[in-house]
Amino acid sequence: MTERVVIVGNGMAGARLASELLARGGDRKVTVLGAEPHRAYNRIMLSTLLAGKVDESDVELTEAAGQGVDLRTGATVTAIDRAGRRVRTDDGDQIDYDHLVLATGSRPVVPPLPGLDPAALPERVVPFRTLADCRRILTLAARARRALVLGGGLLGLEAARGLAARGLEVGVVHPVPHLMERQLDPTGAAMLAGTLAGLGVMTHLAVPATGLAADADGVRLDLADGRSLTADLLVLSCGVRPDTALAAAAGLAVRRGVVVDDRLRTSDRRISAIGDCAEHDGTSTGLVTPAWAQARVVAQVLSGADPLARYRPRPVVTRLKAAGIDLAAMGDPAPGGPGEELTFTDPARGTYARLRIHDERLTGAILLGDNPAVGTVIQLFDRGQPVPADRRSLLLGRALGTGVPAAAASPALMPDAATVCQCNTVSKGALVSCWRSGARTVDAVVAATRAGTGCGSCRDAVAGIVDWLREADSVEVTR
Amino acid sequence: MTDGARSATRPGRTPRETATHCPYCALQCGMLLREEAGRVTVLPRQFPTNRGGLCQKGWTAAELLDHPDRLTTPLVRDPASGELRPATWSTAMARIVSGLRAVQAGHGRDAVAVFGGGGLTNEKAYALGRFARVALGTRHIDYNGRFCMSSAAAAGLRAFGVDRGLPFPLADLGRADTLLLVGANPAETMPPLVRWLTEQRQRGGRLIVVDPRATATARQADLHLQPLPGTDLAVANALLHIALTEGWVDRAYVAERTDGFDAVRRTVAGWWPARAEQLSGVPVADLEATARALGTAERAIILTARGAEQHAKGVDTVTAFVNLALALGLPGRPGSGYGCLTGQGNGQGGREHGQKADQLPGYRRIDDPAARTHVAEVWGVPPDTLPGPGVPAYQLLDALGTPGGPRALLVFGSNPVVSAPRAARIERRLRDLDLLVVADLLLSETAALADVVLPAAQWAEEDGTMTNLEGRVLRRRALRPPPPGVRTDLAILADLTARLRPTPDPRRTDEPADGETADGETADPRRVFAELRRASAGGVADYAGITWERIDAADGVFWPCPTVDGPDSPRLFADRFPTPDGRARFHPVEHRPAAEEVSSDYPLHFTTGRVLAQYQSGTQTRRVAALRRAAPDAFVELHPDLAARLGVADGEPVRVVSRRGELRAPARLSPTIRPDTVFAPFHWGGPARANSVTNDAVDPISGMPEFKICAVRVEKA
Repeated sequence: MTERVVIVGNGMAGARLASELLARGGDRKVTVLGAEPHRAYNRIMLSTLLAGKVDESDVELTEAAGQGVDLRTGATVTAIDRAGRRVRTDDGDQIDYDHLVLATGSRPVVPPLPGLDPAALPERVVPFRTLADCRRILTLAARARRALVLGGGLLGLEAARGLAARGLEVGVVHPVPHLMERQLDPTGAAMLAGTLAGLGVMTHLAVPATGLAADADGVRLDLADGRSLTADLLVLSCGVRPDTALAAAAGLAVRRGVVVDDRLRTSDRRISAIGDCAEHDGTSTGLVTPAWAQARVVAQVLSGADPLARYRPRPVVTRLKAAGIDLAAMGDPAPGGPGEELTFTDPARGTYARLRIHDERLTGAILLGDNPAVGTVIQLFDRGQPVPADRRSLLLGRALGTGVPAAAASPALMPDAATVCQCNTVSKGALVSCWRSGARTVDAVVAATRAGTGCGSCRDAVAGIVDWLREADSVEVTR
Repeated sequence: MTDGARSATRPGRTPRETATHCPYCALQCGMLLREEAGRVTVLPRQFPTNRGGLCQKGWTAAELLDHPDRLTTPLVRDPASGELRPATWSTAMARIVSGLRAVQAGHGRDAVAVFGGGGLTNEKAYALGRFARVALGTRHIDYNGRFCMSSAAAAGLRAFGVDRGLPFPLADLGRADTLLLVGANPAETMPPLVRWLTEQRQRGGRLIVVDPRATATARQADLHLQPLPGTDLAVANALLHIALTEGWVDRAYVAERTDGFDAVRRTVAGWWPARAEQLSGVPVADLEATARALGTAERAIILTARGAEQHAKGVDTVTAFVNLALALGLPGRPGSGYGCLTGQGNGQGGREHGQKADQLPGYRRIDDPAARTHVAEVWGVPPDTLPGPGVPAYQLLDALGTPGGPRALLVFGSNPVVSAPRAARIERRLRDLDLLVVADLLLSETAALADVVLPAAQWAEEDGTMTNLEGRVLRRRALRPPPPGVRTDLAILADLTARLRPTPDPRRTDEPADGETADGETADPRRVFAELRRASAGGVADYAGITWERIDAADGVFWPCPTVDGPDSPRLFADRFPTPDGRARFHPVEHRPAAEEVSSDYPLHFTTGRVLAQYQSGTQTRRVAALRRAAPDAFVELHPDLAARLGVADGEPVRVVSRRGELRAPARLSPTIRPDTVFAPFHWGGPARANSVTNDAVDPISGMPEFKICAVRVEKA
């Protein structure tokens, strides 16, 4: 019998699972039910869309539709009938499954603020989560001069940067004293605030919002310190919460997210959950990398490619990369922990690095600004590989000691054995002997030794040595 | 200023001089050979590719002409002692013919296989393909170019409808504003090419190199991306992702000249730079700088070489860079484009004229009925007598001596005992054959296993044509005839063809000179080339309009060149691509892991490559004194941090162990390699053979083995 797999959700996790299943072949029937009306898109690129750099079509992802996968967009699942092994959609369809995968994602948190009704958000107040949200923000931004972002986490800062890139004056309101407090230390957060200020994003820190007033003309955000900020729109970025409504209604075990085991199975073995809606080992991450790793495990298990596949969470790397901002944060770099600490600060250029090393392994890092070793640091952390003996290379760049060897200050200082011409293996000593045996011009030395006849890049060095020999000889003559 | 026409061979003079090209790599540097009092010297020659430059290999190339190791008589294995013993040509040929006949009588025509090389002239590659298909009637022919160019060839064919290494002259490199080299190390593999890179940077251009090692080439770059081996494809997809988000994609070009972009756009949407950074280790900022340099340049060129191609996903990796080039609108734009740096001397021509398992001359497909009809007519045989496609090189070698596999093999211009992946296994396969015949100038490691070894002429002793990395057809010119007892490959093939005829012509002589056998088989390269021109006419690689005289008059002729009076083709794709509808094709490609990833038992990545002073399997260059002094032995390059953890000092012997075998060589410590990766050059056989370690996983499209990455551990030896 063909196995029927039904995936609820066509977001980053659900669409990925469908592709992974398709890639593994087999004759199972896969149905994807997406509540959003459009094809799968890359949520990570929404801030780029917000910045006006790409069109909607550019954020579309490869999807498995039309290749044996039944994709239904605009189909919201309203209930799971676990006994009957079928799901119901809002347009009355019933779809049977042998295995059901929940990839329902998460919903934005609407903070409890006087004047803000989660059920009926004012027109100029928009969360930043979906493509539809993005469209609304773009519509508002087109006629806006000033924007506010409530929440100084990763997503809020990306939205702020995107809006600033459109030329808006942007303010970020954050209740705690430093930005991205889950990833950054106070020094790093302060430098990030400085970087943002240079990009036209003002930050209002350590100040909770106390109230909101919004009408057709604008929004006013009241702050705990008595100030009121006004703007043409307000973007809410106060975190997300796993969307567990469907699972909870079906009686599945739910804590913060839908509880899953290492195989991503819920309390019903015919139902899995992946991505933002799932809670594995007490954690629901809200990030794409673990969501895709989970999709892969489910695909391996369901396709039989590796029935023993298990999800092993890997340490998370947070990356904020927008024009003018380069931030990577991972693990726990906080001061005072065990092991060594490396820091580098260059306030003038907005560069900051703090790395924590324990037992020859990186246990945490914050890298802000121009850190040439960022790729190496991320790989060492991600793979748990030993750090270099020369720690400076983690701060100052992967190429330390590997650059083009500086030409010796004077040919006199070069050892005779030093190779001048790599292509023809000609040493300084060979050039000197050639001179001594009568060659008196660069061309003559080149013809006799073949130095400089390959790639040609040592030609200047050969000429320098000939000049030096000529001078040395003339000095001897003068004496 | 060049002198191709003026310095043609001047026989009969003393000193005797010949304008020819270097015997080694695909750059085919122009050189002048002078013979005086029996001694041959190499002199520089102005030619548009090398502009007078030569590396040490070129300067010393003539040393092998009179080398004491040179084979000057056939060798036949003595059944009693098991040793190779000198024999006459007629004894050797008789042994071959009876062996081939016995194998084919007992096991069918496909039980004989032919293995060629990318160093053979066009004439020889063509003659070898015809010999296999007509004289032997076997479908089994392939060549070592499968280990070299096949991934780029397949990617080029599916994107552009043609596979020509560079679709523009080398000189265009010097004028590029941005030049991206991916897995290419010309400073060691073809040094005179670096002159163009120097010129490029002197004009203010940017050179960006992608290589897991800080090679001599990478050290000259403005920007060096140092990815984990096996992650180039992800880097390419991320570069295109950035080009999309920054608006550098040439939408008009994509709309007018290409198909299939939407699927690629959606694939690369999933390759945001931070994802590629985590996988490859290349910082996002460097990816952005690279994309910017390519996307905003007036003239930009992307080149790949073996580092990107020798993978089980080599075709897809090259395709990812081709996609990037197409999205930026580079191919066909003056001074811009995508190209592949061909490796072997005639790697380009060698893959165009029928020594590839699935091809007939002119880059025609052997399963195309029209191509079969055309070529069969030139060959004077009924089309239905031509065999169908054979199998790619590694699959062919791995089937030798196995039930249902070939039982006899003829090898021309190749040394698979050193150069094949998982070489110990291939060595066993060769030993299992009923008959192994090797034609070579020296007793290579493969020849040492043969039942019959035939002494072959060298490059300075034969005429013919080579097609260099630019698709430029060049003349190889003989300085002097082969020494007594030595024959050209063409003479060997002509003689074998005559002897294999069902009823041998009674007029056949046993010792044919270069020229014609008594029954009409020609060993004259000029006549073979004339036939090649007819066979290639109308094909993708059309040589019909190329004559030796035309080559002499113009520093080479670029194919396609369909008519003698018409133009040749230095630059392709200006108006259309040679696809049925004239448009180039995008193909969506996804990163996938290497066939063998690191594990706790084999925690390091192993990669292979070349050193400047050696060439390919080293059969020739290891015997040249100056080159042996410059690069005497194999080595294992590893990072000082890794060496410290292993307790290994510089120069100390180490073993590199994979699931397939091991190599032993001294450690060479270098901070220029990633600490998670070790490198060894592949020019040596015996205990230091790098290919004892390599993986025989192959690309599903090209058959290219995964030479460039496998999992190993390193131990003190």
